[in-house]
Amino acid sequence: MARTSDGSGGAHPAEAGPALELAWREHWGRLVGLLIGQTARPDVAEDAVADAFAAAARTWPTSGVPASPGAWLLTAARRRALDVLRSEAVRRRKQPLMVVDTELRERAAATTDPGSHLADERLRLVFTCCHPALAPEARVALTLRFVVGLDVADITALLLLQEPTAAARLTRAKKRLAAAGIPFVTPAPDRLDERLDVVAAVLYLVFTAGYQPGPRDRGLRVDLGDEAIRLARLLDEQLPGRPVVRSLLALMLLQHSRRDARLDSDGALVLLPEQDRGRWHGAEIEAGLAVLRDLGPASGLAEEYRLQALIAAEHATAPTAADTRWSVVAEHYAALEAHTGSPVVRLARAVAVAEAWGPAAGLVLLDGLDDALPHHHRPPAVRGELLLRLGRAEEAAHEFERALMLVRSDTERRHLEDRAAAAARAV
Amino acid sequence: MRFVVLMHGDEAVWRDASTQERAAIIDQHTAFAAQAPQRGCTLVGGEALTDVAVATMVRRHGDHLEVTEGPLAESVEQLGGFYVLEAPDVDAVTEALRELPEHYAFEIRPVLDLD
Repeated sequence: MARTSDGSGGAHPAEAGPALELAWREHWGRLVGLLIGQTARPDVAEDAVADAFAAAARTWPTSGVPASPGAWLLTAARRRALDVLRSEAVRRRKQPLMVVDTELRERAAATTDPGSHLADERLRLVFTCCHPALAPEARVALTLRFVVGLDVADITALLLLQEPTAAARLTRAKKRLAAAGIPFVTPAPDRLDERLDVVAAVLYLVFTAGYQPGPRDRGLRVDLGDEAIRLARLLDEQLPGRPVVRSLLALMLLQHSRRDARLDSDGALVLLPEQDRGRWHGAEIEAGLAVLRDLGPASGLAEEYRLQALIAAEHATAPTAADTRWSVVAEHYAALEAHTGSPVVRLARAVAVAEAWGPAAGLVLLDGLDDALPHHHRPPAVRGELLLRLGRAEEAAHEFERALMLVRSDTERRHLEDRAAAAARAV
Repeated sequence: MRFVVLMHGDEAVWRDASTQERAAIIDQHTAFAAQAPQRGCTLVGGEALTDVAVATMVRRHGDHLEVTEGPLAESVEQLGGFYVLEAPDVDAVTEALRELPEHYAFEIRPVLDLD
């Protein structure tokens, strides 16, 4: 494809890599959104944008980065979408070419925007991908693909799926999105709030997926955290004062502030107590705390996020690990467990209780968790840790062995192997 | 886009309904037809169906037509009626369904475009 001819010139070809990366982050979701708005065909739009980025990857390194990458990509993607729609029309002998072109141009010009109370295309795209007529797992996969722009391999790794499963799920979801009549709009103002919980839940999954050390050992995807926060801020701007959005924002800001301290230079997981607190982002902690301060008790998902944010705030404001107010943390976890009934929360609560009142108190709370969380390595891993602290090294070693059979991420596996070795030495 | 809304429900609700209750159900369908345009939906057609007990199944095997009673009603919920709507999207259809009786489960199916 031709270099832009606007005369201002492009960046040097050597900068194509970072420029492409930046363009991906800035424009992928926006372009998919724009093209869905113009073609009403999510499948065509996504393919066309993917093709445009592939073309950019081919041509930018040799011919230089265009002065306006977004405009270049939009032109390329729009051309590609038009080609596909044209050939479809020809194949179906339905309409002469001119009609398709005119229709497309009209649609592009009109860009009817029933969701104009929410201007951002990416946000509209999020609402579309999080439509209640899509299965919850499909919403996350679609959001990662359409809004964030990840490929199937990345989505597979992030959602801890097998590749054929992820690919099939995504294909099904795309087909459904294109065929079920799911609109590309933000819901009407009087229906917006009931849809916000779904969107918030998906954004948080996108966020946590970035912190899930992948089985392919790719480390953390903190950029997903950035993206989730950016989208939550956008939601917050457009729909000010919604408790679920505010509490989610506080929670993500506080958790994300620790990103640089979570892996060491070798990519190994650094647990909270060992993290270098100097590498936490103070300004983000302040921002998170400021949001949290204005939030009163709520209900439903908003309350769940608020309680989690309160816990994150306790950690974020402790000057050292030893200064952590574990009894306060444990109380927040008790409230969270009462609110959600989640075994995962109970597991975290057991850890906090062990810190506050000793390993024996924590151990009691682990009873029955292996049944509630089968195939999950953390119950035996935590039990092993607490047993080791109680000096019951032999039982601890056994628990670490069980955890090692279940763990999927290489980063966590290395950590567990260290602990198993420590337990073996202590026997 | 054209959609068919299949209404599944317990046939006993209508069968056992009093005259007033039947009138109330019909009123809701009338209200649905009246309100649909305000949700952006154009009502193309629709019918209420008699009980599945009086349905006839026909299967063609070459020249032979196999005619049986049926289908066998295995679940409480049966297809009790349908509407055909022209609508911008599934959300518009969903909103329009607010007018209809609660005892149905609505299955919204986009019509396959064969052109």
